Amino acid sequence: MRKFKSWLWLLPLLAFAVLLSSCGTKSVADEDILSRAKATNSITWGVKNDTRLFGLMDISDGQIKGFDIDIAKEVSHRIIGQNVQINFVPVTSQTRIPLLKNGNVDAIIATMTNTPDRRKVVDFSDTYFNAGQALLVKKGSPIKSVKDLKKGTKVIGVQGSNSVQNIKKVAPDAQVLQLSDYAQAFTALQSGQGDALTTDNGILYGMSADNPNYVVVGGTFTKEPYAIAVNKGQKAFLDDVNLALTSMRQDGTYKQIEDKWFGNIAGFSDGGLK
Amino acid sequence: MGDFAGAYQWINIRYLLQGLWVTVSLSAVSIVFSVIFGSILGLLRYMKIPVLSLIVGFIIDIIRNLPLLLILFFTYFGLPNIGIRLDALPAAMVAMTVFESMMLAEIIRGGIQAVDPGQMEAARSNGLSYGQAMLHIILPQAFKKMIPAIVSQLISLVKDTSLATIIVLPELMYHGQVIYGQNTNYMVPIFIALTVLYFIVCFSLSVISRYLDRRLAA
Amino acid sequence: MWTIFTNNLPMFMEGLGYTLGASLLALLFSLIIGTVFALLQINPNRIARIIGRIYVEFFRNVPLLVITMFFYVVIPRLGIPLSGFAAGSIGLTLYTSAFIAETVRAGIQSVDPGQMEAARSNGMTYVQAMRYIVLPQAIKITVPPLGNQFINLVKNSSVLAFVAGFDLMYQGNLIASSTFETMSTYAIIGVLYLIITLPLSYGMTYLDRRWSGANKREEA
Repeated sequence: MRKFKSWLWLLPLLAFAVLLSSCGTKSVADEDILSRAKATNSITWGVKNDTRLFGLMDISDGQIKGFDIDIAKEVSHRIIGQNVQINFVPVTSQTRIPLLKNGNVDAIIATMTNTPDRRKVVDFSDTYFNAGQALLVKKGSPIKSVKDLKKGTKVIGVQGSNSVQNIKKVAPDAQVLQLSDYAQAFTALQSGQGDALTTDNGILYGMSADNPNYVVVGGTFTKEPYAIAVNKGQKAFLDDVNLALTSMRQDGTYKQIEDKWFGNIAGFSDGGLK
Repeated sequence: MGDFAGAYQWINIRYLLQGLWVTVSLSAVSIVFSVIFGSILGLLRYMKIPVLSLIVGFIIDIIRNLPLLLILFFTYFGLPNIGIRLDALPAAMVAMTVFESMMLAEIIRGGIQAVDPGQMEAARSNGLSYGQAMLHIILPQAFKKMIPAIVSQLISLVKDTSLATIIVLPELMYHGQVIYGQNTNYMVPIFIALTVLYFIVCFSLSVISRYLDRRLAA
Repeated sequence: MWTIFTNNLPMFMEGLGYTLGASLLALLFSLIIGTVFALLQINPNRIARIIGRIYVEFFRNVPLLVITMFFYVVIPRLGIPLSGFAAGSIGLTLYTSAFIAETVRAGIQSVDPGQMEAARSNGMTYVQAMRYIVLPQAIKITVPPLGNQFINLVKNSSVLAFVAGFDLMYQGNLIASSTFETMSTYAIIGVLYLIITLPLSYGMTYLDRRWSGANKREEA
C-alpha cells in the first residue's frame, strides 16, 4: 500500500504562493493616454451604472445616464473632438481603481471622492462636484443623525467606498455591512438588512427621489469632493481635463448639466460648485 | 407579493433576454474550450510523463481547490500585470475556461483510471500501440462512464457564470439585479424569472446529456 | 505581501472563521437534508420519489447566487429577518443538499439490490434493512465523493461575499479596496482557501485509492 505523505499538499500551496508573490502591483498603463486617445479618436471612462442621478442604466435603451455621464461626454468633446467615440465601462467602487491602473479605462468619473489615500495611487482632477456624506433611513426611523448610530445599529455601505471608512470614524460602535454596489446596498436596506444606508448625499437623494418612503436625514457630516481620476504620470491628460472642466464652468455648460440632474431634487442644497 | 405586470413588461423582459444571451454565449464558449483543454490536461496528468505530469498535476490541484470568484479576480485584475488586458466578458471567459478545464481534467483522469488497466495490457499485447489502445479501447469506455460527471460539471459552469456579476458583466443575474434594484416591487417576479431562465438552460443540458448517454449505450 | 497579511491579520482570521463556520454548518445540515431526499428518491412510494426528484432537480439547476440572494433580499421582506451569514448558510445548505442527495442515492443504489431482498426475507422491515444492511455499505462508497462535495462547499461559501457574510472573500474585497493592493490581497486569500481545501483534496484522493485498492485485493 502506498504510504500517505501528509505533507504532499504543501507543494502546490508553496508553488501558488511563490508564483503570486512575484506579481507586482505596478501600473501597466504606461502609454500616454492623451496622445493615444487623440490618435484613435476614442476614450474609455469608468462610470457607475447603478447610481441614480450620477450614472444609471436605462433599461429601455441600454444607455447609462446621469450627471457623471454628461460631464464625461462634455469633457471628451472638449479635449478630443465633437465626433470622438466615447466608451463607458460600468465599474463598482471596488473595481474602479484596479481597472484604471490596469488600463481597462482611461479615466474614472464614478462618484469618486478625492482622498489622501487614493492620491497615493491615482491622480485627481479639480473637483467637479461637492458632495457630503449623509444617511438614508426609512421614513419614521428613530435614526435622525449620525449620533443615533449606536452599538447594535447596522449601517449599510458599499465596498471600496470612502463612506465606509468615514462612518467607522464617526460611529465606531455601529456595525457596518458592505455590499458590492449601490443597487445591492439600497435593496438590502429595503429588505431590512440594515437600519441606515450611508454614502454621499447626491447618491442618497437619487434613491429617495424614486422611493419617497426613504429619507435623507441629519445633513452632511463630511466633505466629499468628487473628482475625475486618471493614472499617475498622465500630466498632459490631466491638464486638459482640468482645462475642459474650467471652460465648462465659465461658459455655463456645467450649470446646465447640474440643473438637468439636480434642479428638481428637493432638499438638495449644498450640491454642485458655486 | 409584487408587481408582476410591471415586472414582466416588454422592456424588462428584453433586458433579461439580453442578459440571458450573454450568459448563454459565455457558457457556450467556456464549455467548448474547457472540454478541449480539460481532456488534454486530464490525459497529460494520467500518462505520468516525468516532470510534465507533475507540474500539470500541481496546476490542476491549485486551481480546482480555489473558489471561482478568486480565479475571476486573478484574470480580471491580475492578468494585466503580465500584459494581458481583458474586458469583463473575455476575462470571464478565460476565468471560466481555466477553472472548469481543471475540474474536467480531474473527472477525465479519474474516468480513464477507472477503466481496468488490464484492458490496456490486453490491447498492447494484441499489437496495438499505446496511442491506438488509448484512442480505440480505453477512451470510449472511459468517456461513457464520465458523461454524468462531465455534464454535472458543465451545468455548474452555466450556474457559475452568475458570479461574474462581481466584475459587472452584463449577464442574466446582473440584469435581474439591475431591474429589481430600480424597483423593489419587481423583486419576486424577477427572482421567479431568473430561476426559470437558469433552470431552462441548465435542464436542457441534462436532457441533451441523457440523449447522448442513450445513444452511446445503444 | 507579508505586510498586508500582518497588518490585516484580524480581518483575515475573522474571514477564515466565518468561512469555516458557514461551511461546517452547511455540511451538517446538507448531510441531513441530502440523506432525507436521497431516501425519498428511492422510496417505494411514487409520490415520495417525485418530491425527491423535484427537489434535487430544482436546486441542481439554479445558481447558488440566485438562491442566496433570494434569502437575503426577498425572505426578510416577508417578515423573517435573516442576516447575510444566515442567508448565505441557508443558500449553501439547500444547494449542497441536492448534490449530497444525488451522491447518497447513487451510493445506495450501487449496493446490490439482492441484499435488500435477502434482509427482507430474513424478516427485517424496510427501515431495518436500510439502516443495518444497505446504508453502512453505501456510506463507504459515498465518503470520497462527499469529501469532494465538502471541498466544493468551502469554495462555494465565497458566495457570502455577495451578502456581507464576513467570510474570507468578503474580507479580501474590503482589504483589497482599502489598501489598493488587489493582487497581493487576493493571493493571501487564495493561500488561506488552499490551506483548507488542499489537505482535504489530497486526503480524499488517498482514501479513494486506499479503499478502491482494498476492494481490488478482495476481488483477487
